[in-house]
Amino acid sequence: MTTTTTDTAPQAIATRENRIPEQAARAMATAGGALTVVSCFLAWTWTSAFPGDLTVYGYPGGLQWLVLVGGALTTLFGLSSYGIKGLRWLTPAGADAAIKLSALAALYTTLYTVKAISTALGGLVNLEPGGFIVLIASVIAYLGARSLPFERPELDEADPEDSWWDRYKLGYRNRWAVTKAAHASGTPKPARALPASVEILIIAAVLAVGLGVFTYGVTTPYQELFIGFLITAGFGFAALQKAGLVARFTALTAKHRNVALVGAFVAAAAFPLTQTDDQYATLGVNILIFATVALGLNIVVGLTGLLDLGYVAFLGVGAYTAALVSGSPNSPFGVHLPFWAAIILGAAASMVFGVLIGAPTLRLRGDYLAIVTLGFGEIFRISMNNLDGVSGPDLTNGPNGVAGVPNVNLFGFDFGANHVFLGFTIGRFANYFLLMLLVTLIVIMVFRRSAESRIGRAWVAIREDETAAEAMGINGFRVKLIAFALGATLAGLAGAVQAHVNYTVTPDQYVFANAVPPNSAFLLAAVVLGGMGTISGPLVGGALLFMIPNKLQFLGEYQLLVFGIALVVLMRLRPEGLIPNRRNQLELHKDLEAPAVLSKAGA
Amino acid sequence: MTTTTETVLDARGVTMRFGGLTAVKNVDLTVNSGEIVGLIGPNGAGKTTFFNCLTGLYIPTEGEVRYKGTVLPPKSFKVTAAGIARTFQNIRLFNNMTVLENVLVGRHTRTKEGLWSALLRLPSFGKEEQASREKAMELLEFIGLDHKAEHLARNLPYGEQRKLEIARALASDPGLILLDEPTAGMNPQETRAAEELIFAIRDKGIAVLVIEHDMRFIFNLCDRVACLVQGEKLIEGTAGEVQSDERVVAAYLGEPFEGAPGADEVAEVEAAEAHAEEAPAEEAPAEEAQAEAAEAEAAEAEAEAETDADAETDADTEPETPAEDDTAPAADSTTSTTTDGEAK
Repeated sequence: MTTTTTDTAPQAIATRENRIPEQAARAMATAGGALTVVSCFLAWTWTSAFPGDLTVYGYPGGLQWLVLVGGALTTLFGLSSYGIKGLRWLTPAGADAAIKLSALAALYTTLYTVKAISTALGGLVNLEPGGFIVLIASVIAYLGARSLPFERPELDEADPEDSWWDRYKLGYRNRWAVTKAAHASGTPKPARALPASVEILIIAAVLAVGLGVFTYGVTTPYQELFIGFLITAGFGFAALQKAGLVARFTALTAKHRNVALVGAFVAAAAFPLTQTDDQYATLGVNILIFATVALGLNIVVGLTGLLDLGYVAFLGVGAYTAALVSGSPNSPFGVHLPFWAAIILGAAASMVFGVLIGAPTLRLRGDYLAIVTLGFGEIFRISMNNLDGVSGPDLTNGPNGVAGVPNVNLFGFDFGANHVFLGFTIGRFANYFLLMLLVTLIVIMVFRRSAESRIGRAWVAIREDETAAEAMGINGFRVKLIAFALGATLAGLAGAVQAHVNYTVTPDQYVFANAVPPNSAFLLAAVVLGGMGTISGPLVGGALLFMIPNKLQFLGEYQLLVFGIALVVLMRLRPEGLIPNRRNQLELHKDLEAPAVLSKAGA
Repeated sequence: MTTTTETVLDARGVTMRFGGLTAVKNVDLTVNSGEIVGLIGPNGAGKTTFFNCLTGLYIPTEGEVRYKGTVLPPKSFKVTAAGIARTFQNIRLFNNMTVLENVLVGRHTRTKEGLWSALLRLPSFGKEEQASREKAMELLEFIGLDHKAEHLARNLPYGEQRKLEIARALASDPGLILLDEPTAGMNPQETRAAEELIFAIRDKGIAVLVIEHDMRFIFNLCDRVACLVQGEKLIEGTAGEVQSDERVVAAYLGEPFEGAPGADEVAEVEAAEAHAEEAPAEEAPAEEAQAEAAEAEAAEAEAEAETDADAETDADTEPETPAEDDTAPAADSTTSTTTDGEAK
């Protein structure tokens, strides 16, 4: 989505901008933002037939909240750009780009809301005056924001000999350069040193807000709200980043890493407490399983650079193993091991499977490895399908799967029952959510500690240049095998929990590509989308990729198409993923001159 | 150089064939401790192939390589573990790692901590990590890059990247370091600095084997120089001996050969050209002469290109960069006469 939507020539863009003087533009953006906020307290439509009840004067509801957030951000950044005391900390990297993006957040959310109302109720006639006011307010804010001055890039001149296609490409390139320059922000000013306790409080506050945003996203009851949430959250996050606040926060978490980790853990653990029923806790636990497996895959793909297209098979091995030894009626073993033994067995089986697949295949490089892992992933699924007593030994009950996996009972704590804790009722899925959170924590610790060690450096060295790494004395095969086996083990851990959560383990849960996660393609997409080689990247990417198909049921069979397009757009705009590698950010602080080079580093 | 000379590297009869092409033929080379040995030769002579045979990247078809008396295993990481470190002709740093991390990767063979101790953060892990970091910082100080330890390797300027590659190689505590064109693309000041650095490495008690095209550099630096031509060792001796050897001069500058445009023909062509300029009406014969000369040149160039290409079929290793050497351009085209017979 670019701000310059028409296909006018570059000269036209250049002249068009300066129609509004800077002072007026800034005032327009700020006032427009404020007006947007105010208009969220008006009624936008006359009937509560549109979900969210936007008919109330004096109280915002549903999508109005999202527009309000966009408007508030615009206003705050605008005020901060005036240098008002107490708000200047909001924009350490310059306010203008942030104003533009937050105005876009408000505008697009408003436009979407108006469109949704008129589609749902049949025409713009269903808008109350409040709806028009918010539309006008957000357009004013946007027009003001886009007229803010910025450093213009040098545009390439058209060659008169060019064909129309060359001219078109040139025009596109120039427009793109202008758009990029318009949304460029400076390097964040170094933060004022604060007492450690204050910094920790800030981390806690940000994490609480993060929990709030996540919970809001997970619990959006209708899809209009979820789409609005995606728009606002996407542009809002971009605005925060352009303002330099994200970099600030990253620096804080880097300084207090353990505090941040514990804080994030506590915030995540608080999620089930915010839920009154199990509906969204189900979603929560599945997101967590998916994101954790993506994080395990990140060791293989992000750190070691091995393209594994059959990773979901390891999740399957863990799930099948745990299901078979946990007393399922379909299990030929007929044993019921305690959960801790089942999860260890699941992880161990995955590891063995990982070594067995890795040993012959890791001698291959690049594309060959990808193809072979893809094949092995499918072999696993087909084998599980056939081990049904007809075409093979009776082990997995074939396509019907291993059903009736009993609930986990750990030290007398029944995960299947409701428990009351501090006045909160924690249901079955909430129990599993907390259990899975522990597994996630283990995976995070394993990832972090192994990445920052001799072996982790060897992985990255192999990803960068395998020949050079071998010449530095690294046994490439061995080190890659360790990465492969470790990744498999972590997936096995998650699989063991998954078997219990879902009651049933069937082969068709572990395919290469499918409309719903988890599958190998989605896992890989989560890693690439989130940011390769990072911890939070796959977690965020996994959460998004799990939620979107769940919330946007209407996409139906077009889901994969939409995903493909979304991925292409993302890779165009942000090839390093949503959360870029720490190395890039580290370098951004050290070297102000080379951001262009760095933006490619994570890709 | 030193009084107690121990043979560090002993390559005997190393032969490397790629299919029908013999890139390195029966080369013997020894490097003693405390010595700097140079390896020179025209482009495509097989220097880098020979290096790759020494470091386990290739398994020599015949012959054996001994390091301090033991035969080297045919795996490059085992060679490094045994004590031979190397740099690459075209820089192969780990670009997205910091300068310090690059050197730490070089420590890999000299450290032991495995996955478990990293996961459980055993006390030994912290100790070893600390020691590695100290050692790496020491090396960065040695090459003068300690102030850039946290920079990404890709953001270093060219000369510093070369230095970093050397530091990374030194991190494995080698007894012998192989430098593949350490001054390629450097200006004279940087070349002098590299010379100092190599002397300093020698003074640390590490033997050095260096491939180079810069003759002044190599003859200043080396105690002994070996010249490789068409995969065969032509001569080995002190700088003076090699410099004055006729065959080396011939290999680099060429000797007259049948069918080449000799002095007479050159004069003839020149005369024809002059004639043509004077009298444009009589173009035909002059043009013919010119065409002939051009044809001869073209044939040569072709032959040369072929052999070069063949010698470098070792695909994934670096192609020689002809732009960098200052002696070769003239030499190359003439050496190809000898090549013709052998390569076909």
